[in-house]
Amino acid sequence: MSTLESTLVIPPEAASRLPSKLQWQGFWQRHQYLLLGLISVSALTFIWWLVTALELVPSLFLPAPQAVWNKFLVVSSQGFMDATLWQHTAASLQRILLGLWFAVIIGIPVGLWIGCNQVVRGLLDPLVEIYRPIPPLAYLPLLVIWFGIGETTKVLLIFLAILAPIIIATAHGVSSAGKSRQRAAQSLGATPSQLLWHVTLPAALPSILTGVRIGLGAGWSTLVAAELVAATRGLGFMVQSAAQFLVTDTVILGILVIAAIAFAIEIGLRYLQKRLTPWYSHYE
Amino acid sequence: MSSELRVEQVSVVYPEQAFAALDKVSLTIGAKDLTVALGPSGCGKTTLLNLLAGFVQPSSGQLSLNGQRITRPGADRAVVFQDDALLPWLNVLDNVAFGLRLQGVSKTEREKTANAMLSLVGLAEFAQQQIWQLSGGMRQRVGIARALASHSEVLLMDEPFGALDAFTREQMQELLLKVWSHTGRRIFLITHDIEEALILASHLVLMTPRPGRIQESLTLDFNQRWLKGEPIRSIKSDPSFIRLREQLLSSLTAQPALREAA
Repeated sequence: MSTLESTLVIPPEAASRLPSKLQWQGFWQRHQYLLLGLISVSALTFIWWLVTALELVPSLFLPAPQAVWNKFLVVSSQGFMDATLWQHTAASLQRILLGLWFAVIIGIPVGLWIGCNQVVRGLLDPLVEIYRPIPPLAYLPLLVIWFGIGETTKVLLIFLAILAPIIIATAHGVSSAGKSRQRAAQSLGATPSQLLWHVTLPAALPSILTGVRIGLGAGWSTLVAAELVAATRGLGFMVQSAAQFLVTDTVILGILVIAAIAFAIEIGLRYLQKRLTPWYSHYE
Repeated sequence: MSSELRVEQVSVVYPEQAFAALDKVSLTIGAKDLTVALGPSGCGKTTLLNLLAGFVQPSSGQLSLNGQRITRPGADRAVVFQDDALLPWLNVLDNVAFGLRLQGVSKTEREKTANAMLSLVGLAEFAQQQIWQLSGGMRQRVGIARALASHSEVLLMDEPFGALDAFTREQMQELLLKVWSHTGRRIFLITHDIEEALILASHLVLMTPRPGRIQESLTLDFNQRWLKGEPIRSIKSDPSFIRLREQLLSSLTAQPALREAA
């Protein structure tokens, strides 16, 4: 007992230092990953700058960070290949949002249907499983033959890339409604449609949002690749045509913008998931 | 006859099992009964509850409430499950009001009922809390309040306190008795806990497995003594309580099929 007490006694001079140290520890614990992430990204940027400042690599291959920044300002205001950076970005975002929209309004009902009905599951599951593992770029040439190189082809490609993850995640989410939850609702008088709307759908929502997140990731990488092949506008097109003229700083700029948007989508959806389904981390 | 919950010559046979889950079981649950089905796992008590709820159909025989055949789940038979089965995307009040919302009751009216039921189970000040902020015992109370709010004619309780710790369990048993005597609601509860069955039941049926059958049917009044304020410890240490407990235990362990399985 006495030894325990003596270890708990804090010397007065240490006690005065304690709050600020504890505060720093708390701050560190809360933001540990953010701070570590900032350190590694800054280190990478610094090495990039150092390599170019020491002229270890010709600027044709690796332009300096400040050159890319200047290019950002130029492309933002004056544009590249008849369109500003914002117009290229808007073109890409419009395609992915359209594809996402169709994938959501078709994928969620189909997923619910598969999840709720054994026969539908038996019929559709093989089809989804056959088309899901095909890389979208493998059937892009076929889509080009069928629909040309216009917007339809690109939106359709994005749609197909996002659709499979949403269907699969929704069907999986249906099972997380739980037998006793469904039965409890039935014994409170829920009709089949009430059961679907008030129990199955909300229970599946966390899984659906995960499906949207995975789908958007797949869709975004597919989109940019599709724009490399056939487009007159878009971030993928911008990178591709800049590469043909060896405008390396624009290439790097395009890659960074593509990465930043993918990152923003991911963060935004995680935030949305936390806001819409706050129970999820406490349950399941 | 009119206000009866009847089980008549009901059998349930699952194709892959050697013994019937239920074998010609008959049972009448009176209007103000608190009927407890007691038995080891595999005795068919869960099947019996699922039949009464309308979740499964009998292979033969029939079940009826107020002369109406039970063929599917309905709002006249609310179920309380062992795992709380609440909807975590709704808060406590909305969970309790959920059944009334399904029936199209107006918002003010259903919230009034829900608040009254929450007071009854001692959760009045938790109405706006989220489900995941509650302890297991409190969630179970919300489940009971939800079942009460729907104005069902019978509460079917599927081992409702099985997942709770011993102290919480005893509190919940007392709460259930108070709710039962206060609302006069008919209750059918299944459990494998002998003391729980003895202390709660006004009507106890002992079930045995392979095949699932009702072996004994008893009328008890320990719950009345508890309701009248006699301490639970003194009831449970009463010689008549202990004798009955041991008697039930030995008739359960005397089952040859059970010994075989052990």
